[in-house]
Amino acid sequence: MAKKTIKINFDTGWDLAPAPESTGHIQLNEQYNLFIGGKWVKPSSGNYFATTNPADETTLAMVAEANNKDVDKAVKAARKAYDTVWSKMSAKERGKYIYRIARLIQEKAREFAVIESLDGGKPIRESRDVDIPLAAAHFFYYAGWADKLEYAFPNRKPQPLGVAGQITPWNFPLLMAAWKIAPALATGNTIVLKPAETTPLTALKLAEAIQEAGLPDGVVNIITGAGETGAAIVNHNDVDKIAFTGSTGVGKIIQNAIAGTHKKATLELGGKAANIIFEDAALDQAVEGIINGIYFNQGHVCCAGSRLFVQESVYNIVLRKLKDRMESLIVGNPLDKNTDIGAINSKEQLQVINKYLKIGEKEGAEMYQSNCSIPKKGYWCKPTLFTNVSQSNRIVQEEIFGPVLAIQTFRTVAEVIEKANNTPFGLSAGVWTDKGSKLFNMTSQLNAGIIWGNTFNKFDPTSPFGGYKESGFGREGGLHGLKPYLKF
Amino acid sequence: MSRLEVLKTYKIYIGGKFPRTESGRFYTPKVGGKSLGNICLSSRKDFKNAVVAARSAFSKWSSATAYNRSQVLYRIAEILEGRKAQFVEELTQQGSSKSQANKEVETSIDRIIYYAGWCDKYTQLFSAVNPVATSHFNFTAPEPTGVVSVFAPEENSLIGLVSTIAPVIASGNTCVVLASEKLPLCAITFAEVINASDVPGGVINILTGKRSELLEHMASHMDVNAFLYTGNDKKEMLSIQELAVENLKRVRLKDFSNVYSLDHETPYYIEDFLEMKTTWHPIEKIGAAGSGY
Repeated sequence: MAKKTIKINFDTGWDLAPAPESTGHIQLNEQYNLFIGGKWVKPSSGNYFATTNPADETTLAMVAEANNKDVDKAVKAARKAYDTVWSKMSAKERGKYIYRIARLIQEKAREFAVIESLDGGKPIRESRDVDIPLAAAHFFYYAGWADKLEYAFPNRKPQPLGVAGQITPWNFPLLMAAWKIAPALATGNTIVLKPAETTPLTALKLAEAIQEAGLPDGVVNIITGAGETGAAIVNHNDVDKIAFTGSTGVGKIIQNAIAGTHKKATLELGGKAANIIFEDAALDQAVEGIINGIYFNQGHVCCAGSRLFVQESVYNIVLRKLKDRMESLIVGNPLDKNTDIGAINSKEQLQVINKYLKIGEKEGAEMYQSNCSIPKKGYWCKPTLFTNVSQSNRIVQEEIFGPVLAIQTFRTVAEVIEKANNTPFGLSAGVWTDKGSKLFNMTSQLNAGIIWGNTFNKFDPTSPFGGYKESGFGREGGLHGLKPYLKF
Repeated sequence: MSRLEVLKTYKIYIGGKFPRTESGRFYTPKVGGKSLGNICLSSRKDFKNAVVAARSAFSKWSSATAYNRSQVLYRIAEILEGRKAQFVEELTQQGSSKSQANKEVETSIDRIIYYAGWCDKYTQLFSAVNPVATSHFNFTAPEPTGVVSVFAPEENSLIGLVSTIAPVIASGNTCVVLASEKLPLCAITFAEVINASDVPGGVINILTGKRSELLEHMASHMDVNAFLYTGNDKKEMLSIQELAVENLKRVRLKDFSNVYSLDHETPYYIEDFLEMKTTWHPIEKIGAAGSGY
């Protein structure tokens, strides 16, 4: 006799009323210049580009495009600040400046959060509860390191490198700027930072906060532009350090460009994390972990749990629970406090994701998307999963950077370790089991820099972050995040 | 009647065995016009075989207990001490004075002891328990990077070899080492020491031959995770860095010209070939910081 299954019916009229965050209190200029040497200067080309709201395709502001000349100006300003002020200042005073930045972000947290959601499309709940508080915490954490560096490296004398060129991605714009700027300042370096071209606004607001904090001119320079601007930073002779977060492809170009030079690099690149569910896991929690792992920030997360491995014995029940949970996800206005999944960051990224959805189906995988409605304007992708996939499928091997999950099954521990490690990436992984010894066996055998046991996508300034293999090298966060900005 | 001396055929060392090069080729380095012997001119295929051996040895060596690895390194020093005379003789043959040779062998033994002692200590030095602001237990601990290509120093062929290998394998990495091109004798004899010292086959693989021929393969092989370069040839360093990009090998460029200096005894050389792994796990509850999972 067939077992009766209870299906949850979501179409019951229990819609949540809209709860939009107001945008009334934020201040955005119509046009932003480059923040160089403590001043806002016009780009030498005179060119500006639009940064748009991916949820409604409207222009939020015009942003300056920095070319070689502007990059040179910014590097010179950073060098001058390093030589004349920052390297001469006592570490204690340096730390106090960084504390000020942390406090200013906290004070303006709401403004930062709204702008982050407007510019990048992420749900306000995430920018409010994750991105902005973590950014402030990151500055606060590293501020305290400034005058304690010699305790971090026994028997060595840490020295700053000089001028750091930093290039950040569009998925966590302010948070990634914090990850880059805070440790670089704490270790005594000066900075030229370029935020991603689709999400420059919170970095520019951070520049205003840095100005307000009274940081000496030129210690932090923030310039905007696309890939060419980034290349100009990477190739500038007077830059001592490149810190990059972005795709593995671009990371390799950078690594190639700085070969044979004195420049040091930290590369935080792509990922294709395995999220592994054992039959003895707390399945409801695991399902929450799967959802958080792949649909957090629309899946625009380098450490996203994009490859799900479910033990065969619980595959049917996990898949049912997962689909049910997907149905409850609200896709829509990023500024609505009920929204779970916001807008895809840009038109280009939506095209990339759609390309992979086609590839997945073409390769014979079975696609499932939740039945939610999506707004007419803007860039959207319903939460998606693929079943019936194999190790060699492109949607299993390549980073999609969207809300797209590929599900495989396994029987034994040895099998899932083999499958999970079968990737050139090695950024993160997740394991769900109630058995401690199994968990520790798994966490020690998975080749990845961050392992989440019975949790996923957790971040903290004290916790080092970074990859194995082609996911990059160097660590950001924690004591280990200091070393990439020091010489000995 | 005088006795005819038995001469040694110098081989390479792959996966715990002593083959001649698969290519059948040799070269004849000379010191003071005198040949050191017909030394194997290792090929790309020899290197590939060595990587296969190193990779298959990796899981066992990296999961051996630190205490065990420490004792294995110590055992290398013990065996080397017992064969001091042989090394002194070979070093003299390679042009060292007797006293130089003595010093080189003795420093080499002591250096292995130094790194043997680190095997079960560096982890505590480089680990951290991280005080995250959520209710999670979070710690960071090092793991070995994997298979390492090594260019041993051209000069100081024994102490240079020992000083590059010891910190690489101390943490559980395995390696393929290209010995000094012009002074290769004690590298192969050192392989005999390793072979007699409980070092599992494949953990240390030693090739002889030419940097110019093997550089490309040692820097570009997709199953090699890191490259330790010694020397200061700008062209060599640049091409290693460029070739290493494809799988993001960790490239370490070191000047070993002053190899006797105590600067070369440091746990930071071990750290060069470590990856930091951070693990999170929920704690049921800590004070006000709430987190269900």
